Amino acid sequence: MALLEIKNLTKSFRGLTAVNNVSFEVHEGEIVSLIGPNGAGKTTIFNCINQFFPISGGDIIFRGKSLKGMKTHKICRLGIGRTFQVVKPLKRMTVLDNVTASSFCRINSIQDARRKALEILEFCHLLDEKDKLARSLPIGGRKRLEIARALATDPKLLLLDETAAGLNPSELDEAIDLIRRIRETGISILVVEHIMKVVMTISDRIHAINFGQTIAEGAPEEVANNKAVIEAYLGEKHA
Amino acid sequence: MDVFIQTIVSGILIGGIYSMIGIGMTLIMGVMGIINLAHGQLMMVAMYITFVMAHFFHVDPYLSLLVAMPALFLLGAFIQKTLLNPLIKVESILPENQVLMTVGIGMVLTEIARFIFSSDYKTVKTSYSSSAIFIGKISFNVPMCIAFGFALFFTALLFWFLLKTDLGRSIRATAQDSEAATLMGINSSRITVITFGIGSALVAAAGVLLMPIFYLFPDIGGAFTLKAFVITILGGLGSTVGAIVGGIVLGVAESLGATYIGMGYKEMVGFVIFVLVLIFLPGGLKRLTKI
Amino acid sequence: MQKKTIFWGVLAVVALAFPLVIRSPYYQHLVIISLMWVIIGSSWNLLAGYTGQVSFGHAIFFGVGAYTAGLFPIHLGLSAWWGMLTGGIVSMLVALFVGWVCFRLRGPYFALATLAGGEIVRLIATNWESLTEGMVGILIIQTFKSKLPYYYIVLVLAVACILVIERIMKSKWGYYFVSIREDQDAAESMGINTTLYKNISLLVSAFFTGMAGAFYMNYMAFIDPEVVFSLHFISIMAILVGIVGGVATIWGPAVGAFIMVGLQETFRSSFFGLAPKWISQAHALAFGLLVIFVIMYLPNGIVGDWATIKRLVFRTRRTAG
Repeated sequence: MALLEIKNLTKSFRGLTAVNNVSFEVHEGEIVSLIGPNGAGKTTIFNCINQFFPISGGDIIFRGKSLKGMKTHKICRLGIGRTFQVVKPLKRMTVLDNVTASSFCRINSIQDARRKALEILEFCHLLDEKDKLARSLPIGGRKRLEIARALATDPKLLLLDETAAGLNPSELDEAIDLIRRIRETGISILVVEHIMKVVMTISDRIHAINFGQTIAEGAPEEVANNKAVIEAYLGEKHA
Repeated sequence: MDVFIQTIVSGILIGGIYSMIGIGMTLIMGVMGIINLAHGQLMMVAMYITFVMAHFFHVDPYLSLLVAMPALFLLGAFIQKTLLNPLIKVESILPENQVLMTVGIGMVLTEIARFIFSSDYKTVKTSYSSSAIFIGKISFNVPMCIAFGFALFFTALLFWFLLKTDLGRSIRATAQDSEAATLMGINSSRITVITFGIGSALVAAAGVLLMPIFYLFPDIGGAFTLKAFVITILGGLGSTVGAIVGGIVLGVAESLGATYIGMGYKEMVGFVIFVLVLIFLPGGLKRLTKI
Repeated sequence: MQKKTIFWGVLAVVALAFPLVIRSPYYQHLVIISLMWVIIGSSWNLLAGYTGQVSFGHAIFFGVGAYTAGLFPIHLGLSAWWGMLTGGIVSMLVALFVGWVCFRLRGPYFALATLAGGEIVRLIATNWESLTEGMVGILIIQTFKSKLPYYYIVLVLAVACILVIERIMKSKWGYYFVSIREDQDAAESMGINTTLYKNISLLVSAFFTGMAGAFYMNYMAFIDPEVVFSLHFISIMAILVGIVGGVATIWGPAVGAFIMVGLQETFRSSFFGLAPKWISQAHALAFGLLVIFVIMYLPNGIVGDWATIKRLVFRTRRTAG
């Protein structure tokens, strides 16, 4: 059975359909990428999964449970962690406190929460910055902090929203490495990404959408060679 | 039945003035994203200007509009330019520091008024203050009608300004998306200054128009700030049309409350409506929950 | 570490010995009122400074606490001291409703909803005469002639309040509160039930503020709606105590309380009779100017901006010398 099942998901804003009848699955241990041009509805799908927006139609099933109408924080407790495209660091808290606060999701004692936060910071290569205020981090650090905070909630499924955007080439390689290491710990990952290098190297499967609708799905090479995808997405650059 | 109609009529007439107070607040709210808690205090300043003009120079209250409105425009613009705009750069933990600043400004205005005029009640008596026209058994208080007429006029003028002039369009653009407006080359800090000025001038007009009907004392400002706030919430924040409706609704509701529940609870009616809106119409106020 | 212990030791001795050394009831009164404001300011700070929910209506909880205490003697024939704990609890119950309504709103709208709430409660207390005696107010007989018992009671309350808040801020709750302040959406996605924790913060805040209100009833022996539900002299004063001392610091509101009460008294007494009488009229004006000054130049308050203040003073000294 799939870990996450998106079934005929539809989301409209005052008559404007942002996501239309999209279905796909994420299996245990998989990295699935969601690609599509700007405004295709990728981030909207994320916001539907953790119920920032109520969904208009269809259903989202996580480990056999429907997430429809559930509160965002409950979804996190069920085991879905997410990062934000526009990063949301808790600016006036230290990096360590950011992750500690998140660790309290499963842990009640402060010592244990802090110990766990330190482990995760090490995992995300943020240990040296632990006492800095989150707002003083450069963009690369902030992106990793988002991931660290999501990991601290012990997710089964991690939603990464454009984690690689705005990074320089060396940071990019580090990000790819981090995503792979996360998968090795047994966490499944759903990625929204623009940068094809990242998408092609990490994905097991790719789901391509445009104008809120599925246009292709399959293994990376298949999707990359798909005509509709090239037209809609890669076509932008190749035209 | 007559009592009921009379109540509604009085409510609508006073509601017209409330609308004007509400529009000023809404305009400031829409463009700056802050609630101006000195709004009623600005109105109080305009009322004292009217009082001084009438009492010392024997100027008809309605002529004071020509003095009070420009004066308050300048005062509002000054406040925005020197006290509120600089705050954007000040880093603070409380995001509400601009709102807190308006509280401070309101206190200062109130206390300066108390200093100069003491806490005594002042009135401006005119020959027509208590005259009324009767249609059937329903009386129409003359100053209230004049005030209502002026309120309609100024509201129409404001709409014309917002819809038809370049400056007005820039203001609306800033209200919709200040970042985008800045990118389009609109000087947003100038726009905020002008908007605060216009909002202040509108509430000044309301103050002048209330003067022949109301009594005046320094603390009146606070009471009207609260009314303006209730109107803005009732009408849906940032919506000028909503503010007009909200003003009328508040006027009528207060009037009904005073007639059927008792004078003491009149002030409370608005708040109760406000709370009811929050509890039972959260959908209607959707956009304020996601600012 | 050593220095710190000595500092706290000295402070504790000063606090305990103060009323035994300074016998003047006038100064004892000022310190009692300051300590009461330490409680209110710290409670406000828990909700506003740490949790980011700026309340403009703390008079609700203060007034409800005071009236709860006041109703014991007039309706039940019991001592108003029964109101100390019950005042806090009744305030919490009221806070439950306030939270239910006001937490539908965010940011400045929350602030204004609480402000409206304060006015509603004041009007209810004014008009519901069969319960509250309305504008007449409630007058009781003070239990103690000496100020000493009141001093120690309020001292214990203030210390308890600060310790509890400090404890909370070092626990999971504290981390959650600050997370909510910093970014509510991020907090939700970190698994924090933001509505629940905002309410917890409000309830704790209301509890202590209600106790302070009940203490006020017992100490002053007279209340009326205009005093205990006052927007300016309770709700806004609470904000001033918080921002002058320093929001989101443990000791900020305590410092702010002494400064604000001191300032209020300085003006009320026309600089202790040294200045012309009309100065006493200017005390609210001075408050207003202080708000403007603090927001503009010390946005994090005296404790929060202590480093800046020290630097400025240091620099001026150097240039002077």
